[in-house]
Amino acid sequence: MTAPAPASGPVPTAPSISPRARNAPTPNLTPDHLAASRAGTSPRRRTLVYGITAALLVVGVIVSAGAGQLPIGPAEVVGSLLRAVGIPNAWAPTEPLIEQTLWQIRFPRVVMSLLVGALLAVAGAVMQAVFANPLAEPGVVGVSSGAAVGAALAITLGLTMFGGWTTAAFAFVGGLAATLVVYATARANGRTEAVTLILTGIAVNAFTGAALALLMFAGDTASREQIVFWQLGSMNGSRWPEVATVAVVGAIAAGITIGLARQFDLLALGDRTAAHLGVRVERLRVFAIVLVALLTGVAVAFVGIIAFVGLVVPHVMRMLLGPANRALLIASLLGGGAVLVYADLLARTVIPSADLPIGILTSLVGGPFFYWLLRRNRRKAGGWG
Amino acid sequence: MTGTAFALRGVGYRIGTAAILDDVTLDIAYGRVLALVGPNGAGKSSLLGVLTGDARPSTGAVTLDGRPLGQWSARELARTRAVLLQANHVAFSFTAADVVEMGRAPWIGTDLADADEQLIADAMARADVAHLGRRAYPSLSGGEKARVSLARVLAQDTRIVMLDEPTAALDLRHQEDVLRIARDLAAEGRAVVVVLHDLSLAAAYADAVAIIAGGRLVALGEPADVLTEERIADVYGTPVRVLADPDTGRPVVLPRRGSPLPRG
Repeated sequence: MTAPAPASGPVPTAPSISPRARNAPTPNLTPDHLAASRAGTSPRRRTLVYGITAALLVVGVIVSAGAGQLPIGPAEVVGSLLRAVGIPNAWAPTEPLIEQTLWQIRFPRVVMSLLVGALLAVAGAVMQAVFANPLAEPGVVGVSSGAAVGAALAITLGLTMFGGWTTAAFAFVGGLAATLVVYATARANGRTEAVTLILTGIAVNAFTGAALALLMFAGDTASREQIVFWQLGSMNGSRWPEVATVAVVGAIAAGITIGLARQFDLLALGDRTAAHLGVRVERLRVFAIVLVALLTGVAVAFVGIIAFVGLVVPHVMRMLLGPANRALLIASLLGGGAVLVYADLLARTVIPSADLPIGILTSLVGGPFFYWLLRRNRRKAGGWG
Repeated sequence: MTGTAFALRGVGYRIGTAAILDDVTLDIAYGRVLALVGPNGAGKSSLLGVLTGDARPSTGAVTLDGRPLGQWSARELARTRAVLLQANHVAFSFTAADVVEMGRAPWIGTDLADADEQLIADAMARADVAHLGRRAYPSLSGGEKARVSLARVLAQDTRIVMLDEPTAALDLRHQEDVLRIARDLAAEGRAVVVVLHDLSLAAAYADAVAIIAGGRLVALGEPADVLTEERIADVYGTPVRVLADPDTGRPVVLPRRGSPLPRG
């Protein structure tokens, strides 16, 4: 974004800014003018971004559901979906094998990708708002790996105290613990410096890496394999009950975060000013951290570590829509879903007859992006911090 | 509105064993501009922190509108007082207009929210930032940031306004503008508390000046009574000359610089 020279600076000699424009009387701003200059109130642009993202998501779902060893055409996929919601149509597949493939293998997997992507992107956006720092992301600062340690603990020790929810519950607790550590370490004087945040992430990731290694060392072959799966991340073998769990927990947590969006906006002004505007900052922040742990934990519990979605998606949406959190969270929800649906499609098809762990893909793209963001952030801030 | 906004009685504030404020007794009235002045580290910002509710006094009592400050909810306070801090960092590229609009946050869901757009436009015109509305806040100069933040405080439209060194980053004209705004706010019946370093500025615009030094209230009263050569020299540790402004008769404080500066 190139901004014109500040009005209080020296008169520039560059011809690009005409002296007349500089001396022009202050425009008489009407409320309508004002509305147009605010990030949170450009409905046309917002609708456009929502619309395009949602369209990409729908196309992705249809293509992804059709792709695989048994190719299924888009018409058949749409037909089957329409029939499922009670609309009889001529496109719907007649072969039971296609119907079975779609509903028992493809759809759970596609929906799981969609949900996990949406939740991770929202978790990233919330974390960035809470830390008032665009580099905060569950994977980068170690929340995801904290959740993986929790899950690995449950697997290795064979814990079943909460039945089918045990692994998810432990993932949540692990993620929460990691988030609290990051929060306690990286914040100083009401601010989170980028460099402190990244260093804290390194420390947390080092520790969780060791803990995961230890659990693998201690565990048997089966649990070892399962832990490797956490670390790489994969949508393989997603089933409806798991999808339902992620959907329910995710919908509640995402709904709450969107409700808190306005308060997140105020955090950008700094803690004290946010408090002066009536935000109960500490309470909001702790609450948001629990939400981030919940969103990340539930996603990680079933598909493993998928890094950088929470970094890349909110960042792109912020460039398109501005930093106002309500629109940002909704767009991230849609965009995150779309990104992971396509990533999963790629993971399944890029190498013939092999299922590439999706975490590898997102990190391959996300790593360089993170690097670029770091560089840009440093240049803009004139140094680290 | 008339009467007392804040009443401080024997307020002390300590961090560890260090006494930051000691036995401050002070009334802050509606309809008046009170300037807090004093040397660096005297406790001005801490006193402001006690008034905003950010810092809890270790001893003594603070009431706002006759009710102990601790009993006010965050929301109630946000609708009663607006605060401009010294540092006004904004994370993410919110536009200047976005930042000003955030000042309306305490009024969301009230009848007064209907006036949001007009209040935002008025506040921006008043702080001379209407032309900056679409600019990204982080791209503004220090002085522009300070004025946009002032517009945010004005948009909050509260009956008490507190400004911590609002003129620090501003040029001559905008310094005068800000204090004229402070005067206007007081004329509308609001209580205005402003921390200032420039004693002449304080003398020119404040109804009352409070000198804080070493955490204590050293003097409180009308500028001409409080800002005497002896007292200022004593408090700041440097000799000054106090003249009367030929136009207004209010005190103008000049440091005594002794022999002419060496040429170079």
